Amino acid sequence: MTLEQVQQKRAAVLRPELRKDNGNAPATAALSIGRVGKSFSLNGSPREILRDVSFTVGKGEIVGVLGASGCGKSTLLRLIVGLDQDYSGRIAVSGEETRGLNRDVAMVFQDHRLFPWLTVAGNVGLALEALDLPGKEKADRIRHYVDLVGLSDYIDAYPKQLSGGMAQRAAIARALVSEPNILLMDEPFGALDSLLRLRLQDELLRIWDRNNVSIVVVTHDIEEALYLSDRVIVLEANPGRIHSVIDVGLDRPRLRDDPHIVSLKRQCLELVLDPPARITS
Amino acid sequence: MAEVSVPRILATVPKGAWVPLGLLAAWALAAGSGVAASPLFVSPLEVLRVPFADPDGQEVWAALGASILRVVGGGLTGVLLGLVLGMLCGLSRVASLGVAPTIHTARQIAVFAWIPLFTAWFGNGEATKLVFTALSTFFPVFLATERGIRSTPKALEEVARTLDLPFGKRLLRFYLPAALPTIQVGFRIAVLSAWIGTIGAEYAIGNGRGLGSFIASARDQFRMDIVLVGVFVLAAGGVIFNHACERLFAILFPWAKE
Repeated sequence: MTLEQVQQKRAAVLRPELRKDNGNAPATAALSIGRVGKSFSLNGSPREILRDVSFTVGKGEIVGVLGASGCGKSTLLRLIVGLDQDYSGRIAVSGEETRGLNRDVAMVFQDHRLFPWLTVAGNVGLALEALDLPGKEKADRIRHYVDLVGLSDYIDAYPKQLSGGMAQRAAIARALVSEPNILLMDEPFGALDSLLRLRLQDELLRIWDRNNVSIVVVTHDIEEALYLSDRVIVLEANPGRIHSVIDVGLDRPRLRDDPHIVSLKRQCLELVLDPPARITS
Repeated sequence: MAEVSVPRILATVPKGAWVPLGLLAAWALAAGSGVAASPLFVSPLEVLRVPFADPDGQEVWAALGASILRVVGGGLTGVLLGLVLGMLCGLSRVASLGVAPTIHTARQIAVFAWIPLFTAWFGNGEATKLVFTALSTFFPVFLATERGIRSTPKALEEVARTLDLPFGKRLLRFYLPAALPTIQVGFRIAVLSAWIGTIGAEYAIGNGRGLGSFIASARDQFRMDIVLVGVFVLAAGGVIFNHACERLFAILFPWAKE
């Protein structure tokens, strides 16, 4: 199955109205990364962080980016969200090339990064300030997304009154409240304990199921990448480049110990721990 | 019963009060025993009586009110200027390169050295005192605001950028609150220097109503009792201002307290 077919299959699963389509018309990708490279100079000598990274994310697709630390996966997200505009290549959102901040792209960081001086509602509402919504709609939206992440009882709490998991949920609500098409997540559950991590993964899938947002999730947790993603992009380091793309191809809900996931996990481990020579196309 | 209650009362005296109480006792003893017999040596009881019973001493209250008004008026001006210029220099590279060096150099001049200049510019009246108070408040607030804004956490700044906050909101919802702990430290120093600055200006200029001129004229009349009253009111004023500011911050910014 080609990449495009996979994407269309996904889109059809998510959006029943597309199923009647003959499947030939390729929908515009939510996000497309074309030959993106990034280098900077370290003490005068150039250092290449990313080389020739290309992939697309279909509408409503979840793509995992897996790699050891230092392979440039966080840098990649910073380029997409627009925090760093100094790169080569092309990044397009919904078919339109973009460089710099884009309201269609939101980001969740590894640490919740909530503003300690604002309540949950204040933090979530911050993401709506740029949107110029009428007061009532703004309040409704904040409430809706705070409910969605299960924090209704804590809407007026300050971040220091929240546990790590609750704070990260609030951060997800803040990212989703502006209703972006693309959600970037940089090791979003990396700072949480392992049980909580599993629970939040399921919660993320539940939210995604209702929201149909496209997600790029960067992680070094192989199981997390395979459990969440439609496709997993494996990066190798020095410079960061795509080693291979793994098509998970399972419907949801998935079992964490699905034999297919278990065998993919073995494959991934080999790729990450002992990468064979790259398959050049 | 009486034997038990005396040590009990002593135990309730805060440890920090022992030194001042000891000094007070030594002072009362020296005055009562006649060891230090001089017209300039007054007893604690006389000092306590003066602000209520002595017609000259009673003026301390009006003087205190005038000084407080000056602190508030001049201080608010200085705080506002310090906040605005500090934010400007913290946020803008151009401003920080163009304006900050001048301010940092002017700060090195001992504040009281400005008094002769100010009296030449603004006369011997209210204006000089207010300008002087404003100036002594301005520097600590400016420094703290500039530093606070420059050292806002980078991680949160990135969030402010990705959320595409409009400039005004970015200032009010991000930069100011993020810089607040640093600003608060500067503000505390500023309140104290406003108080010292006001009294200093009043004392140096010597006319009009105010605690500083109250002390100055008492000294000129060799009224040691009134001088001491002024000094004690001065100390009490500083302590009260400090506490009032801490309460104000706690009420305005509830998230900042532990």
